[in-house]
Amino acid sequence: MSGTLAELESIAGPGEIMEVSMGPHHPSTHGVFRMDVRLEGEKVVRLKPVFGYLHRNHEKIAEHGAYLSAIPYTDRLDYLCSMTNNWGYVLAVEKLAGIAVPERAEYIRVIAAELTRFQNHAGLVGFLLQDMGASGTPLMYAFREREKILDLFESLSGARMMCNYMRFGGLRVDCTTGWLDEVRQLTARLPRFVDEFENLLRGNEILMARTQGTGVLSHELAINAGVTGPMLRASGVNYDIRKVDKYGIYDRFDFRVPLGDHGDVYDRYMMRILEMRETLKILEQALRGIPEGPIIDPKVRLRGLRPKAGEAYGRIESPKGELGFFLISDGSTNPYRYRVRPPSMINLTILEDMCLGQNVADVVITLGSVDIVLGEVDR
Amino acid sequence: MLGEGIIQGLFETARNFFGSYVEKDRLTTVQYPEERHQLPEASRNFPFLLYDGPDPDAGLRCVSCQICEKECPPRCIHIEKSKDKKPDFVGKQQFYPAVFNIDVSVCMSCQICVEVCPFDAIRMDKVFELSTSDRFGGLLWDKHELSKSNEYYRQIHPMEAAECDERRAKELAEAQAKAAAAAAKAAQAAPTSPAAAPAATNGSGNGASAPAKSGAAHSAPETKVAQ
Repeated sequence: MSGTLAELESIAGPGEIMEVSMGPHHPSTHGVFRMDVRLEGEKVVRLKPVFGYLHRNHEKIAEHGAYLSAIPYTDRLDYLCSMTNNWGYVLAVEKLAGIAVPERAEYIRVIAAELTRFQNHAGLVGFLLQDMGASGTPLMYAFREREKILDLFESLSGARMMCNYMRFGGLRVDCTTGWLDEVRQLTARLPRFVDEFENLLRGNEILMARTQGTGVLSHELAINAGVTGPMLRASGVNYDIRKVDKYGIYDRFDFRVPLGDHGDVYDRYMMRILEMRETLKILEQALRGIPEGPIIDPKVRLRGLRPKAGEAYGRIESPKGELGFFLISDGSTNPYRYRVRPPSMINLTILEDMCLGQNVADVVITLGSVDIVLGEVDR
Repeated sequence: MLGEGIIQGLFETARNFFGSYVEKDRLTTVQYPEERHQLPEASRNFPFLLYDGPDPDAGLRCVSCQICEKECPPRCIHIEKSKDKKPDFVGKQQFYPAVFNIDVSVCMSCQICVEVCPFDAIRMDKVFELSTSDRFGGLLWDKHELSKSNEYYRQIHPMEAAECDERRAKELAEAQAKAAAAAAKAAQAAPTSPAAAPAATNGSGNGASAPAKSGAAHSAPETKVAQ
């Protein structure tokens, strides 16, 4: 069924279909995102996602600048997780130019990326519960902890959100021992926060009635649509790029990949809570194993880097899924082609399949559980 | 039991509410603007230009090499090179920026200009209360608005500034030693020339090293420029 108005009306009856435009300025859409929804009463019979309101020509800008000048722009893709975005991009450049990264830099990258994952998941759960009507409380708790992580990012990189911290071949500045101690203290405190955060609503009967069985994504569809990240794992597919690719030094850490069973909104919510716990495990191990040493390969030319002609694809497990950067070099100072594989956008493509036959209110929480950031969707 | 989960959630809320009176961990807000957080040393906002000494024009470190202009990702820096030259901190003749504008409405605070600057001339500021009613002129900062003293830099980024000062002191010492050696050599080559003597005593940079090659006869006008 292509879902034209006439077709839908021929089934539901004349005048029974209502067309509603949700967004682009609706708070539940997490940014400027619009859904053309066709409703029969409360039931969704057709949903068309419309995006592009935040398009900033990211890829073309990166192709016109030097390799270095694309790093601050990657911060602005998924603006909640600038550290992981940096890592994805520098990983692609390192592959392209054949640059090795010092040990200490690898450890700090893992610490920064896992802190990012924690704050992203905490924020997402807060927003998701806010969408469900738990006005404020969970979101404020999540932001309270996120704030502490952002403070750490600020003293490390200088900025709270637009960190611009990683460089090909290493990092921009080294962290101090004082900073590592602060991370240790915070990591010791965070399990208590996760416990509280989980107890707050995990067993809540209203939440369970609302989320269990809502927005189900079968694992066949998830695989076929190329869905990645916690979304895919909530549907029961064991696929984590930290385990599959072992990029950086992830093969040294002992952590589990939590898996869901039903692929509904509740599973996706619990997946984030469980991943926060695993993240803390990785953080503890990384903080224990961090060596002294240089943080950047001194031979790397940050300015005027000219990789040999060729192509490379660097991908990492960002908090939202597989974040990939594809680069083609023609031997000049700027990439010939620069392409981002955004997890948010690809996870969003199956929104209609998850929402058909559900109520309008369920569309909001299903979208919330996908975890999108429009900066990354529209680029 | 139905409702158990709700009661558990309410218990957590109550714990946070009462905990906020006793635990600093649970109440993290500050009453801005009366109360303020201390910004960390690494904190950055918008770039400024550094100058040595009391005079912003004479001591401006920028030599107008225009690297930052080229590397700036959003291209918010505009530089026009001067026609004449002025001596830099080691006494070498350098160009200076006749015009140096930063459009802070375009700047994205990425610090790339600071990283690429080979002359330690541009650094990141920490000032964030910058609201203005003029969105065009008020946010286009010229050379005079951007110039800030090295003392100010030491104040806002003490560790970074100490490292930078140390490096520059070393550079200056090296340049002085080089100039002194060159002047001594020139004095040796032509002991009768009176012009080589002042260059050796004040040891002012590159102006003295050039005449060592060309001979003592040319040294007089060039050392004068350096002084």
